[in-house]
Amino acid sequence: MRVGVITFPGTLDDRDAARAVVAGGSEAVSLWHADADLKSVDAVILPGGFSYGDYLRCGAISRFAPVMQLVIEAAGKGMPVLGICNGFQVLCESHLLPGALTRNSDLHFLCRDQEIEIVNNSTPWTSSYKTGEKIVIPLKNGEGSFQCDDKTLAELEGEGRVIARYVGQNPNGSRNLIAGITNARGNVVGLMPHPEHAIDELTGPSAQGLGFFTSILNAMVK
Amino acid sequence: MAKIVVDVMLKPEILDPQGNAVASALPRLGFSFAKSVRQGKRFEIEVEGEPTAAQLAEVEKAAEVLLSNPVIENYVVRVEK
Amino acid sequence: MALDTVVIAQSTPDTVQPFTELGLKPDEYARIKEILGRRPTSSELAMYSVMWSEHCSYKSSKVHLKQFGEKAPKSDALLVGIGENAGVVDVGQGYAVTFKIESHNHPSFIEPYQGAATGVGGIVRDILTMGARPIAVMDPLRFGPADAADTRRVLPGIVAGVGGYGNCLGLPNIGGEVVFDETYIGNPLVNALCVGVMKHSDIKLAKAAGAGNLVVLYGAKTGGDGIGGVSVLASETFGAGGSTKRPSVQVGDPFVEKVLIECSLEIFAEDLVLGIQDLGGAGLSCATSELASGGSGGMKVALDKVPLRDPSLSPEEILMSESQERMCAIVEPSKIKRFLEICKKWDVTVTVIGEVTDGDRLEITWNGEVIVNVPPRTVAHEGPVYNRPLAQPAYIDQVNSQKVNVPMPSGAAEIKAAVLKLAGAPNLADKSWVTAQYDKYVQGNTNWSYLNPYQGAKLALAEAARNIATAGARPLAVTNCLNFGSPEDPGVMWQFAESVRGLADGCLEMGLPVTGGNVSFYNQTGAVAILPTPVIGVLGVIQDVRKRTSMSYKTSGLELFLLGETKEDLAGSEWAFLHGQRVGQSPDADLAREMRLIELLLEGNAFFSAAHDLSQGGLSAGLTEMVLRHNVGANISLSNPAVDLLSETPGRVIVAVEVSKASQLQALATKYSIAISKLGTTGGDSLTINDSVISLDELRTEHTSTFPRLFG
Repeated sequence: MRVGVITFPGTLDDRDAARAVVAGGSEAVSLWHADADLKSVDAVILPGGFSYGDYLRCGAISRFAPVMQLVIEAAGKGMPVLGICNGFQVLCESHLLPGALTRNSDLHFLCRDQEIEIVNNSTPWTSSYKTGEKIVIPLKNGEGSFQCDDKTLAELEGEGRVIARYVGQNPNGSRNLIAGITNARGNVVGLMPHPEHAIDELTGPSAQGLGFFTSILNAMVK
Repeated sequence: MAKIVVDVMLKPEILDPQGNAVASALPRLGFSFAKSVRQGKRFEIEVEGEPTAAQLAEVEKAAEVLLSNPVIENYVVRVEK
Repeated sequence: MALDTVVIAQSTPDTVQPFTELGLKPDEYARIKEILGRRPTSSELAMYSVMWSEHCSYKSSKVHLKQFGEKAPKSDALLVGIGENAGVVDVGQGYAVTFKIESHNHPSFIEPYQGAATGVGGIVRDILTMGARPIAVMDPLRFGPADAADTRRVLPGIVAGVGGYGNCLGLPNIGGEVVFDETYIGNPLVNALCVGVMKHSDIKLAKAAGAGNLVVLYGAKTGGDGIGGVSVLASETFGAGGSTKRPSVQVGDPFVEKVLIECSLEIFAEDLVLGIQDLGGAGLSCATSELASGGSGGMKVALDKVPLRDPSLSPEEILMSESQERMCAIVEPSKIKRFLEICKKWDVTVTVIGEVTDGDRLEITWNGEVIVNVPPRTVAHEGPVYNRPLAQPAYIDQVNSQKVNVPMPSGAAEIKAAVLKLAGAPNLADKSWVTAQYDKYVQGNTNWSYLNPYQGAKLALAEAARNIATAGARPLAVTNCLNFGSPEDPGVMWQFAESVRGLADGCLEMGLPVTGGNVSFYNQTGAVAILPTPVIGVLGVIQDVRKRTSMSYKTSGLELFLLGETKEDLAGSEWAFLHGQRVGQSPDADLAREMRLIELLLEGNAFFSAAHDLSQGGLSAGLTEMVLRHNVGANISLSNPAVDLLSETPGRVIVAVEVSKASQLQALATKYSIAISKLGTTGGDSLTINDSVISLDELRTEHTSTFPRLFG
């Protein structure tokens, strides 16, 4: 099972994402932003970082990369896509996901081990978790506040498309403590915190992030 | 030389923590005039010669697709001398 | 104004040149004329002025710093020593680690965010230049009093700048310190350390050799950043129409640096460079002269080829520009095509600006005319060397003869109050407000350095090494950032000389070579110099990172012991500082004992449940940090609580062990002749010391509310 990991200029967490993919049991395939080539992967991850230095808006420029054209087409046909942090921002800018990520409400960059609750385990990225399962994975960003209009919020909540919520105090001002969402079809997922940094106890606060990468393996096997 | 200016502001309903921070800082420095402050972005675009209607229409499209995020921002395009 | 070329300089020897405005002394100017056999061109004058400045030439510190070489202990682990961009240490299995610390103090006072950001950018490039992938940063910071208005101006900006730049590069900030003292109010200190990893075979050095090899400039375009005094030259060139923007502040772009890092590492991986230098202070002047001087000695550069962000820059300004995120590489002609391809892939601006030549001159042309023709060694390595006068300042005997006079708590309530007071003191309080802004050390008790600079430096070294050993790693090498006041003040110069002597003697005794570092002078406002602040970084290696010793314990029922004897050492302590007392005699460093303690810690790593070495705030702070870490309290008995808690005798470590291992610990202490005393046991939801019961909640509130309260 081949999972593509895209590198944009300024991407930081591609190596850890690839490491997590391998730890989860799939093959990690490196994808370059400027190449319109998905290399026959079965799923795609847009990792975290500061692509294009967050110029203009986070993810605003990456969204127009040659590889993204193919990602948008493939997503439309049901390919599983996971956007982590900056990747989530690119997915929103691409309109593969609704809403937008804005500046943390207290204006500071925040890095901490964050508890989140998985509230939807029916996506190919969350099937390894139980609904209601709480995990601790790193959150590290300056622009993580999920915003959308009331209509969109009602849709997301009504259709069960929130996949993860922050537990406890809202770390960044996100509406309804939303930490991650999915599209209507359920194949595209955006998540603000970083599961790829929590796949073993030595290098992360826990190994509880690994589930995202084992889920995708199961999704393919089916 | 005239230029095309695009002003981008967050939609009124979107939280603007940077604008709020500025609004809090003003009174600390002795400025009491502000009821509220919102912060936006300004793009200045130079073209060859005077801007044409066709160019302005293109800038509108660019503003819609790149310079602003319509999910959370509004924009205004105009010509400034 | 016409271009000032070598030909013109030869025929106009009496032209008056603004060497004083550029910071050169008359005798230095005379020496330049002697070296060249004529007056310098304005470009040459600009180069010499900036390369012979204190920051670049180390002219006041060189005579003292050579002790690091003279007293260098033999070390098999050292692969690259002093003199290169950073030191390199072997860590086994063919891998090496490179590390270095530098200062960016003055720019951070002027523009806190950019000053700190470009400080991080600069040190990261130094590590990259060695051929390594930068993997982490640390930031020791010093500010004026925590509640001073100017501290509130600079601290948030500096923290945001360190975080903003480092986070964007994907470099975790693995530690640092924040210390407050009134002497830093006009001169905050921003020291930045970077660590990089590579294989032995990856090591790159800064030298240009092989006639015909190409000199390649890549990275950001050159603008007017950081041009200070050189504007004097520029102001003669431009009238009202010229560029008014000559920012003396460097502005960094971490995205460009991130791309530069990835691009460079790919270039290194394909073995495409023979030598490489990053452009930091003094920009192209430094890079060209150092590369040429480090190699065979000859280089030719066409300055007009340098890609510019600001086309109005004069040649002098281009030579002085400190625009960030630029590197200079020496590339064989057969490899340049591939080099250019990789730069194109990453969208990095790249230009061949010259070539290595036979002979021993650095020649720089502007549109074909020669504007610089100098022996590069005289610019880069043979600058002036001063033996500045030093004199023990009057205050030393005064303060050393006074005894510390502080109230010593007695009784349960006062003991409790003292512990809480220390827990909330800005120098000891929880720094999460700062560290949460970093994507995720080294101490130097500056009060000790004030009281006795020689001992203070040794004690700082011992503390850093002990810190490393407490985690279970063997200390291997040292980097240092020496921050002092004005070298023109004999008292400050004496402090510097004593600190360097102490550090060099300490390193020799402990077998730890100094691999490189930085000196920052002139941290002084009027007559008030900062406290002598030698910041020491020690690198250590642990064989198996899974076996590292934790700083604190997670279970109750463990036994707590204190290694090392506690004497009444209140001089230079945080308790004395909080009571406005900076007098007394600093403790003497006993490095032989510290080395035995290190061996004990390394051997004990196999069975310690936790270990935490004591430093600022003594046993009180150490216990506070341990109990709050995993929220497990402790029950402590002390025979002389006031002294036991508040003294800051060096060379002490709190160790937690299982009951069954207590005798093993006692045996180790005997083996290494280290004093040991039982403190108590772990458990409960309070820190109880004799009759003082401090609930963990109360302690945590006190410890964690200071920073948010001060900085919001």
